[in-house]
Amino acid sequence: MANVTFRIWRGDKESGEFQEYQTVVTEGMVVLDAVHQIQAESANDLAVRWNCKAGKCGSCSAEVNGMPKLMCMTRLSDLDLDRPVTIEPMRAFPLMKDLVTDVSHNYRAKQKIKPFKPRKPDNADGSWNMAQEDVERVQEFRKCIECYLCQDVCHVLRDHHKHDEFIGPRFFVYNAALEMHPLDEEDRVEDLKKSQGIGYCNITKCCTKVCPEHITITDNAIIPLKERVVDRYYDPVKMVLYKLMGPKKKKS
Amino acid sequence: MTQFETVEHDVLVIGAGGAGLRAAIEASAQGVSVGLVCKSLLGKAHTVMAEGGMAAALANVDERDSWKTHFADTMRGGYYINNWRMAQLHAQQAPDRVRELEAWGAVFDRTQNGKIMQRNFGGHAHPRLAHVGDRTGLEMIRTLQDHGIHQGIDVHMECTVSSLIKDGPRAVGAFGYTRELGKFKLFKAKAIVMATGGIGRAYKITSNSWEYTGDGQALAYHAGADLIDMEFVQFHPTGMVWPPSVRGILVTEGVRGEGGILKNSSGKRFMFDDIPDNYRSSTADTPEEGWKYVAKTDANARRPPELLTRDHVARCILKEVKEGRGSPHGGAFLDIAWIKEKISKSEAHIKKKLPSMYHQFKELAGIDITKEPMEVGPTTHYVMGGIRVNGESQMSTVPGLFAAGECAAGLHGANRLGGNSLSDLIVFGKLAGEHAAKFAKENSSIHIDNELVDQACQEALAPLDSPAGSQANNAYEIQYELQDLMQDNVGIIRNEDDILKAVDGVEKLKKRATTVHAPGNRQYNPGWHTALDLKNLLLVSEAVARSAVVRKESRGAHTRDDFPEKDDNFSHVNTVLRKQDDGNMQVVQEEIPPIPDELQQIIEDNK
Ligand SMILES: Cc1cc2nc3c(=O)[nH]c(=O)nc-3n(C[C@H](O)[C@H](O)[C@H](O)COP(=O)(O)OP(=O)(O)OC[C@H]3O[C@@H](n4cnc5c(N)ncnc54)[C@H](O)[C@@H]3O)c2cc1C
Ligand code: SF4
Ligand code: SF4
Ligand code: FES
Repeated sequence: MANVTFRIWRGDKESGEFQEYQTVVTEGMVVLDAVHQIQAESANDLAVRWNCKAGKCGSCSAEVNGMPKLMCMTRLSDLDLDRPVTIEPMRAFPLMKDLVTDVSHNYRAKQKIKPFKPRKPDNADGSWNMAQEDVERVQEFRKCIECYLCQDVCHVLRDHHKHDEFIGPRFFVYNAALEMHPLDEEDRVEDLKKSQGIGYCNITKCCTKVCPEHITITDNAIIPLKERVVDRYYDPVKMVLYKLMGPKKKKS
Repeated sequence: MTQFETVEHDVLVIGAGGAGLRAAIEASAQGVSVGLVCKSLLGKAHTVMAEGGMAAALANVDERDSWKTHFADTMRGGYYINNWRMAQLHAQQAPDRVRELEAWGAVFDRTQNGKIMQRNFGGHAHPRLAHVGDRTGLEMIRTLQDHGIHQGIDVHMECTVSSLIKDGPRAVGAFGYTRELGKFKLFKAKAIVMATGGIGRAYKITSNSWEYTGDGQALAYHAGADLIDMEFVQFHPTGMVWPPSVRGILVTEGVRGEGGILKNSSGKRFMFDDIPDNYRSSTADTPEEGWKYVAKTDANARRPPELLTRDHVARCILKEVKEGRGSPHGGAFLDIAWIKEKISKSEAHIKKKLPSMYHQFKELAGIDITKEPMEVGPTTHYVMGGIRVNGESQMSTVPGLFAAGECAAGLHGANRLGGNSLSDLIVFGKLAGEHAAKFAKENSSIHIDNELVDQACQEALAPLDSPAGSQANNAYEIQYELQDLMQDNVGIIRNEDDILKAVDGVEKLKKRATTVHAPGNRQYNPGWHTALDLKNLLLVSEAVARSAVVRKESRGAHTRDDFPEKDDNFSHVNTVLRKQDDGNMQVVQEEIPPIPDELQQIIEDNK
């Protein structure tokens, strides 16, 4: 049991500042518990998103001592409690209030991506056969809980504000999940290059480092997608073939 | 009059979990305009947390499985007070609904020959749960969400419905506020589907999130709909018990499905000690047989007692704790690490099959489940009761108001089998969407009385307008007191005195709640939101307690130590709650319609 100081960002679109709160921390508490305790004790109107409290819904993203984190999975015992713990909203998105940001960019970005288009079913009951090895690659990407922490750290969004031209790492993961889905027959390579801005990514791997689901965003999703773009647009032999034969799905 | 924006849809779906999304997709496919409202962001509803899987008799792993066995298992699990028509439709349609998810992009784990993999779960005779590791709910909600956003559905996220509007007997609208700015919205609709989930926040120890305040049940009740079976609240046997801040967070039954065993403080596997008669013939005699069942090495092996129904397992754990054989923090030990005696590379196997459990214990409790046992104890999980619906159309007793998913009642009877909720969502979500669209087409003209809307505005503003007060009318404080009251008096084991204490306590809290005050303004203000949710939470708590009083027997999830046995007087009745004209809650018991012979025969054949 210890009395700990928290510096929490309070404010809205117009203005804001850090405010200090004290609360008693007990064994096993996570950052979100402290926020809730403060909310109940002394700041009833402190805005924060959460749902599952178990790292499954991706609602409680924030920056804790400057690091992008899920508040429900960040244990206070892992932080230095002798100094105030700083909690602020994700900085890559416009602020709504306190710790809550406007993440609608992400919903718009997803809407632009061509949906899943399966090949004809393999069996009469409308089902398909797929081997476990072939689905595992995609299952990694489908673990994404849409916490948008990767979007928050990516400099293309955070510092360069390319929200209109660049869909961000989460949606490269999403594209990869579709493109590498054993049943999918859609072609998203042109969109990736043209409207989704994959070229802006310079493989800094910051996104991979913060992913709470440990998805290897850069190596497993972005780089293979970039290769497809390169194959299509910059490999002279493949470019000619493409012009002659049109989009052809590559399943690898 | 306070300002509000009016939005019109043919069908309005309230709730964007599995049930709401599936309903919206179906209504849209029927060619009507559809609106979808949810309290959180899209994709964050409770469904995302489901772990173990969805039950469907695909017969991919055991070809003896069929809808009939699934039907019989569901009825037995529900102690035969289920809506048999729903249990039948559910068992028959679940396989198609699961395959449909695959057609929309879901990527289930596979069998050796490339089909959808199925795992064992409590109360299911065969491996039946289609799954993706232990994050099946995420797969379901993401698949429905990603498919749904291309179907022309208007999504209103972070918007909470605070009342329903009626035109005569019929539901024609919903009134709510946006969380961000606190702006009011009036949704006019020809048909409404409730898909708001459960009530778990009424209890202190719960696996449920802040959203689960029984809104759908309460709103429907106030609109005149019947609620049934509210005494049946499922306490999942395995929630985390340590550290305190994670108490209640779920440990999936999948752990036991993969071979996890329960032990007490002296290392004894206590589940073999008490096996209910109706499951004796289907339960293993020895640990060895139980393992063969789990490992699927012997088709005739019977399941281990850890996979008995949830109500029973929860009671057994509680007994160990009460009799002083519990784990250090008041639970039992759940051990999956032991399977290293049986299989090589067990650590990798556990991480592959139960990745999020591995993660959850590692990060939140500092425990490596591939090496050490977990400490677990019962946690409030699911409500079997809810809005009474017609088994086929999913319409409530209020014309134009439909319900699906956890907020609807009937399918699960006195106790839900694991995995039967996710399949419930897609089967009855679809049916509700289909019938709501049909209703909207057939009943197009609606009228909304502005006075009712004004009243809804006033009610929503009350906590902000009421005078600032003391802790006594702080919404959080009342909520905590309510959670303690319910936990202590209408928990896993109940008796008349305690339940009446809860009834009385709820009445007192209701009075205090009328003057509840929320500081701050309408902009993203959780204090205000909590104050509004509180009314619903109080209503459903009253519903649970009042229903629990009249069922003077023990059945399924409802255990009374003053009436420890099942009683035939109650074996054919539902407890029905109805709002009377004077505003009081009427409790009556109504006969369940007799089951057709051919369905009864299926039950007999599977005994
Ligand atoms: C940890 C956990 C694990 C589980 N595992 C399994 C499992 O393995 N298998 C299984 O079958 N079941 C499982 N369950 C149960 C199952 O997940 C739920 O019963 C099911 O997901 C409920 O789905 P739903 O569509 O009815 O509601 P939810 O998914 O809860 O959605 C409710 C929706 O309603 C909205 N809402 C609520 N009130 C309002 C309002 N007033 N205004 C507007 N919107 C509102 C919410 O925002 C949300 O969008 C599990 C449950 C938990 C908690
Ligand atoms: S690797 Fe690319 S997407 Fe990821 S953070 Fe760096 S620039 Fe952004
Ligand atoms: S990829 Fe990882 S960091 Fe990015 S949204 Fe998904 S889970 Fe979050
Ligand atoms: S609350 Fe769900 S991830 Fe933190």
